Amino acid sequence: MNAAGQLWTLVWTFALMSFFAVGGANSAIPEMHRVAVDVHHWMTDKQFADASAISQLSPGPNVLIVTLIGYSVAGVAGALAAMLAMCGPTAFLAYYVRGLLRRSSGSRWPAILQAALVPLSIGLMAASALILALASDRSSAAAMLTIVAAALAVSTKLNPFWILAAGGLLGFAGVV
Amino acid sequence: MSPDSQPAAVPEPDLSAPNPPNPPGLAELFFAFARISLAGFGGVLVWARRGIVEQHRWMTADEFNETYALCHFLPGPNIVNLSFVFGSRFAGFAGGLAAFTGLITPPMLIAMVLAALYSHYGEIDALRRTLAGISCAAVGLLMAVVLRMMMPLVRKRDVAGMLTLIAVFLAIGTLRLPLQVVLLIAVPLSLLITWIMRRREAA
Repeated sequence: MNAAGQLWTLVWTFALMSFFAVGGANSAIPEMHRVAVDVHHWMTDKQFADASAISQLSPGPNVLIVTLIGYSVAGVAGALAAMLAMCGPTAFLAYYVRGLLRRSSGSRWPAILQAALVPLSIGLMAASALILALASDRSSAAAMLTIVAAALAVSTKLNPFWILAAGGLLGFAGVV
Repeated sequence: MSPDSQPAAVPEPDLSAPNPPNPPGLAELFFAFARISLAGFGGVLVWARRGIVEQHRWMTADEFNETYALCHFLPGPNIVNLSFVFGSRFAGFAGGLAAFTGLITPPMLIAMVLAALYSHYGEIDALRRTLAGISCAAVGLLMAVVLRMMMPLVRKRDVAGMLTLIAVFLAIGTLRLPLQVVLLIAVPLSLLITWIMRRREAA
């Protein structure tokens, strides 16, 4: 496929996906994995797991993984195209809906919609965790590291950065 | 006046004030969100709340929660949506754009540098091992987020909600069905169930 064609594919893939990302970027990770690894073969399972790790490691919103997928497809232009497609349309939608809501306050529908969408978005994030676990936890030591990281994050107020750094150190030392 | 100048000697934060005494300008919005995004490892929400509510006092805690709830039930990256909605409250569409670009530009630049490094050195064994360790820990962090978000449903014994959650998890996580298909079925169904439950509770 030519360069323009690839950019176009990135744009419409992520623009469409963003409207189905209920509860945020983490909810769309299974779909990103499906599209990038299974459908278009933009990256391998391992590269996808790496992209997710890099996006966690850099500061900023979780949606950054989209920049990395775009970059692997078409360099800097791909990164920009994918990120703007993922973030732009829904931000405009939020801006527009906010205006609408201010004019018609007092409706019960926002509360019902929210209550209905919360379980969906948690289910999607759980699926994200499963898919990333299958891609990253290739040994029992690796699975152990994941479980300990989860336990630490649930039970302490440790900055997530230190948990990631500890994981990186254990990986560097060849433990996982 | 410097953009960072704090309102001098405010004895008690007036959390009920509907409008802040010092509405931010475009440049201030851009830099405030740039700073928020650069501070946020593993999620920006905490830093956004700290910056907007506590540091700058541009919104009360309630206003922030309300805006965040709106951005959470709308699709797309929440914090990015929030930045746009937030900026537009003070300076219209241009304000939204300023906050939005402030939030995504610096982390995007960093991510692109890291991506370039990865494409050159990604095959080096020590780096591969390090990244593998980081991704294992990152999965753990995500699991922790899921567990924390699930607790309210468990505590409320929300059976319908838990079943919906499990059904979506299986459909996407194990059957690997396309997101669009799953949501086009699950969203109306979940809405219907929620609506019926609410009516029953009200009756």
